[in-house]
Amino acid sequence: MNKNLIVSMLLAVSLAACSSKPIKEAPPAVVDKSPSTATQAKPAEPKNDNATTAPMAESTMSVNPLKDPNNILSQRSIYFDFDKDEVKPEYRALIEAHGKYLQAHADARVILQGNTDERGTREYNLSLGQRRAVSVKKLLNLQGVQDKQIETVSYGKEKAKTTCGNDDACSKTDRRVDIVYQGE
Amino acid sequence: MIKFRSLLFFLSLLLPLSSQAALTIEIVGGAAQQIPIAVVPFASSLSSQAESQQDSIANIIGADLRRSGLFRVLETHGVVNQPHDIAQVKYAEWAAIQAQALTIGSVVSLPGNRLKVTFQLLDVLKQTQLAGLEYNITPAQLRITAHRIADVIYQKLTGEMGVFATRITYITKTNNRYALQVADADGFNPQTVVSSSEPIISPSWAPDGTKLAYVSFEKKKPVIFVQSLVSGQRYVLANFKGNNSAPSWSPDGKRLAIVLTYGANSQVYIINADGTGLQQLTHSAAIDTEPVWSPDGKWIYFTSDRGGSPQIYRTPASGGDAQRMTFEGSYNVSPHFSPDGKSLAYIRQEQGRFRVTLQDMASGQVQILSETAKDESPSFAPNGRMILYATSINGRGTLAAVSADGRVKQRLSETGGDVREPAWGPATN
Repeated sequence: MNKNLIVSMLLAVSLAACSSKPIKEAPPAVVDKSPSTATQAKPAEPKNDNATTAPMAESTMSVNPLKDPNNILSQRSIYFDFDKDEVKPEYRALIEAHGKYLQAHADARVILQGNTDERGTREYNLSLGQRRAVSVKKLLNLQGVQDKQIETVSYGKEKAKTTCGNDDACSKTDRRVDIVYQGE
Repeated sequence: MIKFRSLLFFLSLLLPLSSQAALTIEIVGGAAQQIPIAVVPFASSLSSQAESQQDSIANIIGADLRRSGLFRVLETHGVVNQPHDIAQVKYAEWAAIQAQALTIGSVVSLPGNRLKVTFQLLDVLKQTQLAGLEYNITPAQLRITAHRIADVIYQKLTGEMGVFATRITYITKTNNRYALQVADADGFNPQTVVSSSEPIISPSWAPDGTKLAYVSFEKKKPVIFVQSLVSGQRYVLANFKGNNSAPSWSPDGKRLAIVLTYGANSQVYIINADGTGLQQLTHSAAIDTEPVWSPDGKWIYFTSDRGGSPQIYRTPASGGDAQRMTFEGSYNVSPHFSPDGKSLAYIRQEQGRFRVTLQDMASGQVQILSETAKDESPSFAPNGRMILYATSINGRGTLAAVSADGRVKQRLSETGGDVREPAWGPATN
């Protein structure tokens, strides 16, 4: 029995070690500021649940155009209509600016994160968020940005507010694609 | 491996006997004709400490039967004689309170910390025995044994398989932490399978009930895992570029239908359960997602917006042209088959309300079953009688169930947290 218990504890420790490993790998695609790492409860739930914070890749430039509130590049969100993936004309300038930046900085990488409002099922919304991200990617591609600089992912409705219902004014900010630069 | 399994078994024995329910089940409505049944508290030779457990067997059985909506569980306190053996039964007393059926039984301690549970199901009118069984169990198996007895009673009196001894899975979100849970069908004995600070969605039971496939965002994007409920060990089933989501097991458990995006829109793929042999099944410029296998394994049903609005389509599991299967309404998603393959449950959106809908496969007839408005993730009980689904009330996720005829409605609420993404496990005993 004792031997079995030790085996299970060792396994629990190794599982915990395993699951926290990806966070330490550099460079992370997206910087995690929250406690992450999935923990498997069976056979034993690791007790240590401390926040694992990935290193912040702070820019050393004096003025980072991506962070300068006066620069259009600091605008990162493109908003959509319900169940739609067409990019509205008012966001063309924003996307164009990021396209130019990505062309000028061949090393820069972006993740386009698609999101939806809370209405509808999780998997359909995951696909809808993806389609929105792809819509933005296509516009960047048209400007000549290469595929290797862009990754598209979707969070579906997972980040959406859950109290909007059919109140469009409430839910419209949930229907968006966020442009996230690698290292941010 | 064998040692490990026995360890888990040992740990499960250490769980408190009077386990807490995570989910409280509230029942609305019931069948037009309910079977009146008396469940007499079981006799017990247990110690006074265990004594408090002894009539809980009868309580668990009674609660199971009541929850199904098909039984009226009668008050037995007024009956003078409380029999525990068939020789003690005075049928006239049970006929007097209009019981059609009567359940009696006993729990006896055996050497080696084991228990003997006996029960008999009696027909009050015909004065005959309908079922009689004996179980040799550990104290930790009292609840599951009560569920098995309720299954026998249900099967004898309704002619259908009972599902009280099955399990459900669901995901809780509490204080921004997500947990994939597995619990008994009555909400008791919740066990955390995996937890994460990032979302977990779309759990899917392997047909043998020993594994779950699910989607976790812990790698900052949706990745599909398969985890054993026996060992707790897991592996990555699919972590391709882009999103990996919507796993669904084939009826033989050898393959899964999954959804991948690479750099474009969601498409349905088939992959072996060990992660090899990836093949693309659908080829469209639209969204194709939420695949499920028909129970005969011949078809994959899925949600697609290729026609402009999301509708349910099917394609042969071996590949081929897609065929539209839903025609009414402008938004039909999340298909899920009844175990006999005769009906399809899905979510329909109409005037801003998302509700559980049932379509008869032969006639094409459609019935909206639920009265809630934000329904998701319908899944059938293994006997096809109830449909478990997620809904939201005042911004909080909760589980609900509705019978396939729409008469019985249940709400399963958890105190404090948000519950979503339920899936009813298979019958495995």
